[in-house]
Amino acid sequence: MSTYGLNEIRIGMKLIIDNDPCVVVDNVFVKPGKGQAFNRLKYRNLKTGRVIERTYKSGDSIKAADVADIDAQFLYSDGQEWHFMATENYEQYALREAEVADAKLWIKEQVECKLTLWNGVPILVMPPTFVTLKIIETDPGLKGDTSGGGSKTAKLESGAVVRVPLFLQEGESIKVDTRTGEYVSRAKE
Amino acid sequence: MIRELVNMSLVQKNKPTWQPSAPLENLQTRANLLKEIRHFFAKYNVLEVETPLLCHTSVTDPHMESISVCLQHQPYYLQTSPEYAMKRLLAAGSGAIYQITKAFRQEERGHLHNPEFTILEWYRPGFNHHDLMNEMDELLQTVLHTTPAEKQTYQTLFQTYLHLDPHHTTLMELEKCAKDHGICVQASITDPDTWLSILLSQCIEPHLGKNNRPCFIYDFPASQAALARIQPGQPALASRFEVYVAGMELANGFHELQCADEQRMRFKKNLAARKSAQLAELAIDEHFLAALEHGLPDCAGVALGFDRLVMLAIKAAHIADVISFDFSRV
Repeated sequence: MSTYGLNEIRIGMKLIIDNDPCVVVDNVFVKPGKGQAFNRLKYRNLKTGRVIERTYKSGDSIKAADVADIDAQFLYSDGQEWHFMATENYEQYALREAEVADAKLWIKEQVECKLTLWNGVPILVMPPTFVTLKIIETDPGLKGDTSGGGSKTAKLESGAVVRVPLFLQEGESIKVDTRTGEYVSRAKE
Repeated sequence: MIRELVNMSLVQKNKPTWQPSAPLENLQTRANLLKEIRHFFAKYNVLEVETPLLCHTSVTDPHMESISVCLQHQPYYLQTSPEYAMKRLLAAGSGAIYQITKAFRQEERGHLHNPEFTILEWYRPGFNHHDLMNEMDELLQTVLHTTPAEKQTYQTLFQTYLHLDPHHTTLMELEKCAKDHGICVQASITDPDTWLSILLSQCIEPHLGKNNRPCFIYDFPASQAALARIQPGQPALASRFEVYVAGMELANGFHELQCADEQRMRFKKNLAARKSAQLAELAIDEHFLAALEHGLPDCAGVALGFDRLVMLAIKAAHIADVISFDFSRV
């Protein structure tokens, strides 16, 4: 397995730290005129999403992680596993709930996602930035109120609950930003 | 403010690689600073000198790696600083001298480091480290237009920022202090100086030299003396200082050690440390020790990172913004 010296590590590189795959967010070389050289490494754990900062001696090295992002279509979920198919080679992957994490709230069948594979095994699902989903449950709308002043909660077909303007009705489709969980616009049928 | 500066460097980085990394107006500022510095030393009759960049050996400091080159089948070393050669001039009777020169250090790359960089180094016979701090302060006021500097002992700074006495502490206490400040270190550290250096650079440095007022740190632990003389006492202190401006280390100076035997002992200690760290072996610079034996005048000396001085003058965030071609373009 290949390793990188601390001075070779650049932003965006994938490494294994504490047995978990991580992506480098920042790497600052710190060298007092007299004294030991260090690197302050900032990285995001790809499994937990947490950003951590750690100080290493500059002479040390860290293992590279075999991590790749692929395009995959969400096929279906049986409640136990979430099934995806790689767009490029039709290979199928079954993910458990922990790996699908929050992404499951935003995806419906046939939607295109990004899968992060570590040693060929999926560890993370990224839903598309914008998804179009149907409202399945919300309080009756106030017809004609398009001023945009107020909002109410609405449950979507994928399971997510978002805040939407008052005029929207059950059965309507809306566009949502999955990064923030915010309503963007009404979607055309 | 900082964000904008970082973005400015990104613009520089995205230029084609044949182009200079520094904007041309920054090179103009650089040239002006060189002129002002030469004027400053001319005013005090300090002689400008040049010394060799290629020498048969190099510094024994275990934290510094020299770049070696092969010449006539012999290894030579690009100098990491002009210190030994300048002290040989002083021992030969040069009187006050200064030099603006290139220096080379292996593996040093970052927003404040380039493997090839420029040092301003000067020596003042008859000065102690306090006299030299005053002269340095005057130079900074002249070329950077700073306000008169503040001076703090190493001990006071640790007490102020970390509630820790650096001269009377333990590995456990230092490790706990680092942890309390959210510092996570992935290495086993077995000497207090390494912890002190981490704490200084991560918890204290960022606060030093703010509001255009440089900060001098002086009286370092004797274990961090390098080439400074040691004031006996409890605790023994190194007559060494560092200068910080806008949270950045700018210079390091000593009331210079004159004793050849003591210097030889420090070199041997360094070589033992190099050996246990499996670093390249180096010969002790006997020319330098012979000069000390002949007699180095009582003097203080300081080395300043000239590129960083230019960075401060134009508020640059990256060293590439102040050198014509940074290491990615050579």
